[in-house]
Amino acid sequence: MSMLFHLDKCIGCHTCSVACKNLWTDRDGAEYMWWNNVETRPGTGYPTGWEDQDHYKGGWHRDDKGRLKLVLHSKAGGLGKLFYNPSLPELDDYYDPFTFRYGDLFNSPQSEQQPTAAPVSKITGQEMEIKGGPNWDDDLGGSDIYARNDLSLEGVDDAVRAQMEEIERVVFNYLPRICNHCLNPACAAACPSGAIYKRAEDGVVLVNEDKCRGWRMCVAGCPYKKVYYNWSTGKSEKCILCFPRMETGQAPACAHSCVGRIRYMGVLLYDADRIEEMVSRPDDELLEAQMDAILDPFDERVVAAARAEGIDHGWISAARRSPVYRFVKEWGMALPLHPEYRTAAMMFYIPPLSPVISTIEHNMVRLDLPDKRADFELMDELDKARLPVKYLANLFSIGDEEPIRKVLSTMLAVRTYKRRQSVDGVIDDDTLALLAATGLTEERVEDIYRLTTVPTIEDRFVFPPYHREMSIEQLEDPLVHKGSTGFGSIRAPKRGA
Amino acid sequence: MSEWVEERSRPAERKWEEFYRNRFQHDKRVRTTHGVNCTGSCSWEVFVKDGIVTWELQATDYPQLEEGLPPYEPRGCQRGISYSWYLYSPMRIKYPYVRGALLDLYRQAKKEYLGDPVNAWAAIQADPEWRRSYQQARGKGGFRRIRWDEALELAAASTIHTIKEHGPDRVAGFSPIPAMSQVSYAAGSRFMSLIGGVIMSFYDWYCDLPPASPEIWGEQTDVHESADWYNARFVAVMGANLNMTRTPDAHFISEVRHAGAKLAVFSPDFSQVSKYADWWIPANPGQDTAFWLAVNHVLLTELYHKRQVDYFQSYAKQYTDLPFLVEVKDGQAGQYLRAGRLESYQGVENPEWKLLMWDEHNDAPRMPNGSIGDRWAEEDKGHWNLELVDNLTGEDIAPRLTFLDHHDEVAPIELEFFGGEGIITRSVPVRTVQTVDGPVTVTTVFDLLNARFGVDRGLGGYDAVDYNADDVPYTPAWQEQYTGIHRDTVVTFAREWGRNGELTNGKNLIIIGAGANHWYHNNLLYRSGIVALMLTGSVGVNGGGLGHYVGQEKLVNHASWGSIAFGLDWGMAPRHQNTPSFHYVHSDQWRYERGYRDYDSLPENHPEQHDHTIDHQARAVRQGWLPFFPQFKDNPVDVVRQARRNGADTDEAVSDAIVERLKSGDLEFAIDDPDAPESWPRTWFIWRGNAIGTSAKGHEFFMRHYLGTDSTAIAAEPDDHGVTEVTVRPDAPIGKMDLVVDLNFRMDTSALYSDLVLPAATWYEKDDLNSTDMHSFINPMQAAVEPAWESKSDWQIFSDLAAKVSELAGGHLPAVSEDVVMSPLLHDTADEISQAKVGDWRAGEVEAIPGKTMPRFKVVKRDYLHLYEQMTSLGLGVRNNGVAAHGLRIGVEEFYDELARRQPDQRTRGGDGLLRPSLERDREVCEAILALDPASNGELAHRAFEAEEVKTGRSLTPLAAGSRDTRIDFSQLIAQPRRVLTTPTWSGLIAKGRAYSPFTLNVEHLVPWRTLTGRQHFYLDHEQYIAWGENLPAYKPRPDHLMLSETEESLAEGQDGRMFNYLTPHGKWSIHSTYSENERMMTLSRGGYPIWINAKDAADLGISDNDWIELYNDNGVFVQRCTSSSRIPRGTVFVYHATERTVGIPISPRRNKRAGMNNSLTRTRLKPVLMSGGYGQFTYAFNYWGPTGVNRDTFVYLRRIDRPEL
Repeated sequence: MSMLFHLDKCIGCHTCSVACKNLWTDRDGAEYMWWNNVETRPGTGYPTGWEDQDHYKGGWHRDDKGRLKLVLHSKAGGLGKLFYNPSLPELDDYYDPFTFRYGDLFNSPQSEQQPTAAPVSKITGQEMEIKGGPNWDDDLGGSDIYARNDLSLEGVDDAVRAQMEEIERVVFNYLPRICNHCLNPACAAACPSGAIYKRAEDGVVLVNEDKCRGWRMCVAGCPYKKVYYNWSTGKSEKCILCFPRMETGQAPACAHSCVGRIRYMGVLLYDADRIEEMVSRPDDELLEAQMDAILDPFDERVVAAARAEGIDHGWISAARRSPVYRFVKEWGMALPLHPEYRTAAMMFYIPPLSPVISTIEHNMVRLDLPDKRADFELMDELDKARLPVKYLANLFSIGDEEPIRKVLSTMLAVRTYKRRQSVDGVIDDDTLALLAATGLTEERVEDIYRLTTVPTIEDRFVFPPYHREMSIEQLEDPLVHKGSTGFGSIRAPKRGA
Repeated sequence: MSEWVEERSRPAERKWEEFYRNRFQHDKRVRTTHGVNCTGSCSWEVFVKDGIVTWELQATDYPQLEEGLPPYEPRGCQRGISYSWYLYSPMRIKYPYVRGALLDLYRQAKKEYLGDPVNAWAAIQADPEWRRSYQQARGKGGFRRIRWDEALELAAASTIHTIKEHGPDRVAGFSPIPAMSQVSYAAGSRFMSLIGGVIMSFYDWYCDLPPASPEIWGEQTDVHESADWYNARFVAVMGANLNMTRTPDAHFISEVRHAGAKLAVFSPDFSQVSKYADWWIPANPGQDTAFWLAVNHVLLTELYHKRQVDYFQSYAKQYTDLPFLVEVKDGQAGQYLRAGRLESYQGVENPEWKLLMWDEHNDAPRMPNGSIGDRWAEEDKGHWNLELVDNLTGEDIAPRLTFLDHHDEVAPIELEFFGGEGIITRSVPVRTVQTVDGPVTVTTVFDLLNARFGVDRGLGGYDAVDYNADDVPYTPAWQEQYTGIHRDTVVTFAREWGRNGELTNGKNLIIIGAGANHWYHNNLLYRSGIVALMLTGSVGVNGGGLGHYVGQEKLVNHASWGSIAFGLDWGMAPRHQNTPSFHYVHSDQWRYERGYRDYDSLPENHPEQHDHTIDHQARAVRQGWLPFFPQFKDNPVDVVRQARRNGADTDEAVSDAIVERLKSGDLEFAIDDPDAPESWPRTWFIWRGNAIGTSAKGHEFFMRHYLGTDSTAIAAEPDDHGVTEVTVRPDAPIGKMDLVVDLNFRMDTSALYSDLVLPAATWYEKDDLNSTDMHSFINPMQAAVEPAWESKSDWQIFSDLAAKVSELAGGHLPAVSEDVVMSPLLHDTADEISQAKVGDWRAGEVEAIPGKTMPRFKVVKRDYLHLYEQMTSLGLGVRNNGVAAHGLRIGVEEFYDELARRQPDQRTRGGDGLLRPSLERDREVCEAILALDPASNGELAHRAFEAEEVKTGRSLTPLAAGSRDTRIDFSQLIAQPRRVLTTPTWSGLIAKGRAYSPFTLNVEHLVPWRTLTGRQHFYLDHEQYIAWGENLPAYKPRPDHLMLSETEESLAEGQDGRMFNYLTPHGKWSIHSTYSENERMMTLSRGGYPIWINAKDAADLGISDNDWIELYNDNGVFVQRCTSSSRIPRGTVFVYHATERTVGIPISPRRNKRAGMNNSLTRTRLKPVLMSGGYGQFTYAFNYWGPTGVNRDTFVYLRRIDRPEL
């Protein structure tokens, strides 16, 4: 199962984060866990500066001989780090979870000053000064502390970078992040206990709470810093893609609650045997290799192979209706985050448009528009978008601007076509030429338009039939299960068990 | 590679997965929503497990609108989804609490008075030291938990004592915007209505009311549901940060861009909605007016003068006042020429209220249908419509828009400009009309408009020659000095706006919000944008018009709800108070200024405008323009009693006696001596809101003058207030309120400072109704769990209180008492045609006639001994009189009876009278609202259209035919959100899934707007508007810090701060203050209420991100940590609106007291021209008209401080 984020539509509201927190991480030891978080970019994210793999040593790298190695292990050897691991994020990289002594408002005796609820640490219970949070640089844009230190700005022209702290070019966008449920998960590879596994049926990557021994190599190994250590249970935990919801045909809480309607989910078929080869390619071939590994569910050979693997028709059917497949593969509009980490992330992003830049003339702000009237001025001048193409390329395409330009141009071409259709009332030769130049047909424009703007919940989330009864059947008769499920006593994983 | 892929063949390994499955399992899901202040009206599913509400997720089953529109699902934001935290949080108010200092006095006094609570309360109030002792303790801890019975007894004792000693109009109740929990609001307002208390408005006080809407459309507000944004093709967002404040609706904007719309965002900061704009236009704060005026200059020049667009021309002629004739005399534009002054129209009904346009066919003035005189016709009905025909003969009229090529002469006209240009003489083409009193010179509104905008039409004079004339208002070059936006950008914008309007027939949309509406001259700002909409034919079409989204004012079922909420079913006359005036006067903020001459822009032309705002306020009350309570210094019950004693045997005689006493000065209006103890409000109920905290503009003055506790204000009163109409007592009173009662589920600032705190049910613990303007569905609130601990729903609390008042009233209040309610001239009634000329009866300019030149006085009978029965039973008044809205009366008799059979009031069974419906349970109130309103009962919608047909003479009932059989009840709402019905109590047409767009009923069916001309107004001819230079669109400068005098004392305190303009836009982590202190939201923000400043400003002041900052001015102080960012404009500081004093607020180093909240720095200043009344659309209605509580024009000092003491 794969999720897609249409970043152009993201409003940065964090409803997703709270939905997830309410459901899964609102308990001892999990306070600081944000399985789903939303970052303001440019910015430093959560945990702070998580993309700095020189420091955190997450993900994979390709050694001199072209072999794939965990960054974590290749430096000093894995076992040696079991008891001391300098690349683990510390509390300061996250934050000290806090609450307030609200009760003082009720219980304070009459005094000279109004009572107020002091902030206290949720870990120590002591009064504290709040110096960090899971979303500390929210909406900052142009911040000289956070935005300026975004590693993905590397290679962006210095003059442009300086302008991003000025009215002419200040900008920000949002990057929602969950576990990427990678095809080649570094967390799983790093786990000395074999506690992390990828579910065969839907690709969900899970930490087995029974098997986890709390070594935390997964925390270090994950380049996205999406595995968290629970200090109360002594186990690691991570996003479970709300499998209890998916198994019952409901979208994960983060996707369901996405009020910007930016999230889509669907099946992607891939060839598991090609993964290792694919993630071992040189940097400039990585992205294409990953895209190539996604299979066409309409291809009869693919269908036959899937059938042979025991994948039933329901899954094939779902793969054919998958909105993720359309955006990623058919239309080439979505890309994985940091493919250079070589984990083959299975979450995809459509990079965003941003406003046209301005100039300052005689102290007046002037939109930097071309002389000739245009429906959307960026169509021919992507470099006048406030968010530099290079920056997006560093996030999604290993610095290669071409894939980004293609996506942004596609979106602008769709907008232009729809504007001419609904405002001018004619699709003239100019418009058709524009589509041709962008590699689009009128039919494809309409398809992209519809899935972008008017999809219903059924269009956005296409789940395959899970056949839970068949899974359960392997352990007990589903009829017996029907009468007995839920009667077992609920137990939390025991610390150190 | 695949060693970690777990196969199904090892299922036992995966049994542990039930760990998470178990967590997800739940016992119940219940549809409900969030009940106050939020405009979302999102349908939610609340999950209950083990009897505990564990989490919430959005429902996604909204019915689809028409094909091609994105669906509404899901609706709900980061704040709503964090609500479940409150139910069991340590902020939850679980039991009744009282201030210990008061409780001790009360128990002591009660012993002394043999257990009589009312006498005990009287004794406390009679002793100034006792009174001071508990007032000074307000907000400073010392709460004690008490039993419900004693809590109710205290509240009832104070209520009865206030009624008895001072009068019922000294009991006041405040609760914000009812739409989101209609029953909960109605609980308190019904209680107030029954006892004669004051019901305080909210929409105008919050400055959410856009006065330009009543000015132009005669409509409080009517806007597009958000799905209709998707029909727009050019969207200008101004002062509205949709992603932050309209989170569930924002997707329609992100999506419509991909449908081909262009998006321009006006915002001084790079805001969240700017991120996906095509154009971000960072106009200087509060200066959008200048930008839009220049846009209009370009539109008039290029699309009206150099070239004419058919669509724009015909729209202007039929739907706007542009062709109407205005008198020009002595170089001044005056009032519309009245039909009654022409020989040919002598003898028509309401001749002063019918207006004229120039007919091209016979080259003469003609009287078209649709003026307000037609609306209130008693005899000659059926002409109130927008047909362009002669009202008398029925002949077609071809309106002439301009006399440019058909004038008798070109007349000079003196126009006042306020940007320092003074009076500029321009030219208008005029015609001469023979009237019964001689020849009169007239021009059209269109010609006046061109003169105003300086369009060069070759008439000579000082008209602008080109767009680069930077000293000539209102050119693109001229606006640069205010907006900081280059002239080329204005011209490009205007051309694109015009082009889009022309090609799409008006799919130009302005989405506007508090960032624009909270400025002192907001009405002018709005008008400048609305002019650009009207000029492009964009109002009353899908995807076009003004989307004003500030506050959720749309209670769709307002016709039936109003009857219940304001006790109309029991024949009550509610005391509706415009809260801006109430707080400006009673919290004594008026005393700290010399009045409007210091901050408004006064025309040179009218030197008589020189007194104090409170003088204007006092005149507005006595002229019947605005309400004010207490109404008299005397107890109104005594006033009636005295009149009866003196032989007044009819209600009219009582009214006459009052008029005589007022004229002689024997009876005084309270407003004329506002600080006299007889004029104070005494008992204050607050529910569903934060009246002392985030709703209190001038918060620190509330602290001092209402509560009598600590205040961080240091403002000084002027030596000479310059007041002429009211008494200025030497010392401002401290602590006017005897008792403040707060119903709440969380310990917010209001609760913290109240005397009595009553535990209210949360939104997941009660049944209620919820509606919005953002979509066209009605949502239910339902109890997912019963009210936790000792909490109760608002309806149950006020019912219990009613019972307690009845129990204790014996011996203190008579069985039946007569009260007289003073009310101003009212909108949507024939009062709109009361005052063709302005006159002050006290000055002898006109006769004092109640309901004509002064307020109306209505005698009301009150039965304090049967309050509970009245509260919980739907009175026969609604059966006999029907329900009413927009001036339409709709009979409901058979539905009343049906409801009575379905939910009978058991007390009325078997009696002689008729069976009445019960209102005991919250659910029953919901059912009554739904059953008796045209928005949810198709037969009543049909009936409402029948009533509208009589007025308009147009066929309208077919609009309701398709849904005539529809009856929406509560069980249906639970099953799925239900769409409301098309009804003339609103102005949009929504059949067959069409998105609601306001005024489509007007445009497509020629139903007039509820204005003077029946059209949309470019011109406002109320005499006051002419006197204030606002008859035509205008630019008036923002008041600066020198005009506001709120920083002088602070400067004297020390000079280590730098001055900033202080803006308080709506924030991301709260809906007003709700959710703000919620642990979830605090965690995702910065654990406080950051002060946002520009990174360079911060560097200049040696401030680093997250340093502590003190903001202060003469009004008060605010201390928080700083966020520095280059997205904030320089010289401006942002504190996101609606902070609380409860969480992590330090002691202010400068003032050595607990620092306040965002409103500690504000003070309210009223705009006098908005007090105009008694005339057309300028007539009072609750939350519809009056000055608004502006708060944007504020200046503060900012300084870095070391970590302060908590």
